[in-house]
Amino acid sequence: MEQVINKLKIGEVEFSSRLFTGTGKFSATELMEQSILASGSELITVALKRVDIKNQDHDNLLGRLKHPHIQLLPNTSGVRNAKEAIFAAQLAREALETNLIKLEIHPDPKYLMPDPIETLIATEALAKLGFTVLPYIHADPVLCKRLEDAGTAAVMPLGSPIGSNKGLKTIDFLEIIIEQSKVPVVVDAGIGAPSDAAKAMEIGADAVLVNTAIAVSPNPVAMGLAFKLAVEAGHMAFKAKLAPQHSNAIPSSPLTSFLDV
Amino acid sequence: MSSFKDLFDTYHWEDVKASIYSKTETDVLKALHASKRDLEDFKALISPAAAPFLEEMAQLSQQLSQKRFGRTIQLYVPLYLSNECNNICTYCGFSFDNKVRRKTLTEKEILQEVESIKKMGYDHVLLVTGEANQTVHVDYFKKAMELVNPHFANVSIEVQPLEQEEYEALIPRGLHAVLVYQETYHRQDYKMHHPKGKKSNFDYRLETPDRLGKAGIHKMGLGVLIGLEDWRTDSFFTALHLSYLEKTYWQSKYSISFPRLRPFSGGLEPKVAMNDRELVQLICAYRIFNEEVELSISTRESELFRNNIIKLGITSMSAGSKTNPGGYAVEPEALEQFEISDERSPEAIALLIKSQGYEPVWKDWDSILNSKVNY
Repeated sequence: MEQVINKLKIGEVEFSSRLFTGTGKFSATELMEQSILASGSELITVALKRVDIKNQDHDNLLGRLKHPHIQLLPNTSGVRNAKEAIFAAQLAREALETNLIKLEIHPDPKYLMPDPIETLIATEALAKLGFTVLPYIHADPVLCKRLEDAGTAAVMPLGSPIGSNKGLKTIDFLEIIIEQSKVPVVVDAGIGAPSDAAKAMEIGADAVLVNTAIAVSPNPVAMGLAFKLAVEAGHMAFKAKLAPQHSNAIPSSPLTSFLDV
Repeated sequence: MSSFKDLFDTYHWEDVKASIYSKTETDVLKALHASKRDLEDFKALISPAAAPFLEEMAQLSQQLSQKRFGRTIQLYVPLYLSNECNNICTYCGFSFDNKVRRKTLTEKEILQEVESIKKMGYDHVLLVTGEANQTVHVDYFKKAMELVNPHFANVSIEVQPLEQEEYEALIPRGLHAVLVYQETYHRQDYKMHHPKGKKSNFDYRLETPDRLGKAGIHKMGLGVLIGLEDWRTDSFFTALHLSYLEKTYWQSKYSISFPRLRPFSGGLEPKVAMNDRELVQLICAYRIFNEEVELSISTRESELFRNNIIKLGITSMSAGSKTNPGGYAVEPEALEQFEISDERSPEAIALLIKSQGYEPVWKDWDSILNSKVNY
């Protein structure tokens, strides 16, 4: 079962789990912790604005994430441009002692659409500052290549609008991104069901990030586990290679059979 | 269009009102089952025709709110800095003609109040004043922001409308959001309720969100004072204002409040009463119309109402509020702007939120995000 334990490396960090999760929208932090543990996730994104980095020992949310297998992925949610993002990332690195940063620059607070221009600028600057940058972006293949050139550690294209649970609306573009990418591709945003996560993995995504679909489920613990299994199954299927699809039945009298006569 | 006024002037109050009251069951069903809703759908949802669909609206509102905001409720507290006011507002305890002792907190007193509300657990604060431009002016606000900002993750204000440049001076000092309620969009009634003072200028107030948008504010809060005029028509204009602002100032966030007129000594009786059922209808209508807008409820409302509204679409609440300057520490007995209805402590409200299966959120912003890099 070599394929199953195939590790994912982003920057200098290795992960056994290809499911990344978040901390928002849970009805209680206890439940968040149980759900994260059930999901097997080793990389948990946390919004800098939600935690009290000055009094970390008293922060209810951070306290729940202290497990040896869990790494924090601070995100810059709330910033509106590259300048603010760079500032926030530096504070996050200092406070949470990690080089990892999920770059989220969405100046549009309604649909939280990522700003490709500011994201590219910030990625370049942060990579130069030694950060392991994971930028949240549209499923834009050219932007992904530009981000690679800028030194990104991974790309995080969206499947559909964040929090929408609509699944992989951008699948055609995700496939191009996966085909072309030299860095890990983490499908972020819009994954609404374990089947969406499995699908993303089957087409070759290196990982997925899921938050709303787990946190808002009536049973976030069971849903965390369901996503774990789906991501493993999807990745295993990708490694094993899916059998080819046929839209028509294969005719029993092929057109070229005369050649065999 | 240079401001909302240009759009607003193309509407007529009586036409809008007639249109809302003529909505039918078919219009309501269309609004409930649409994938995206427009202002006509909003009219249907706030119309009398939607009343029989209240349970269906509540279910949908809960579902949409949970998808966007999760099972969380943010907590904030008002900090009244001053009750000095040069305006006459027929419904307000701070009105110029209300003969009460006036008070504006000194720097030392502001810090005393800050200490008290920090002990209550708050990290989001709303600074409130009347309108007394001689004493409570932009320099006072700058000073207040500088004193308050280091202690809180998120600072909002609810003060007199200011100029764009004045907002631009406060934003880098940590100003996150500004609440500015139109009170009523009924131009003539507005004049009647605000006969004297700078506030009597309807258009200046109407264009305040435009000035805020141009100043690049992170968030603004809209609303009307329910009870002054027909709440359905006033709410339509609020929704129209919201839609205009979202399109024009697309980098700002928006919140809506629904203050119902509360009694104060010698004050106005509501012209138009709104019952609890109708307030629930309005809250759900806003959520179904706009999945992303924040909806806030204050301690004006009763315990019973607040206990039950948590699951219906509200995203933020205040608790343990005092509506008089100095109310938390300096002089707890002074005159209040209005009577609080729900007097429970923040701890009690946090427990209530948890008991409903929601997480109370004390911090969802950080002062590092206030564009200090540009300051």
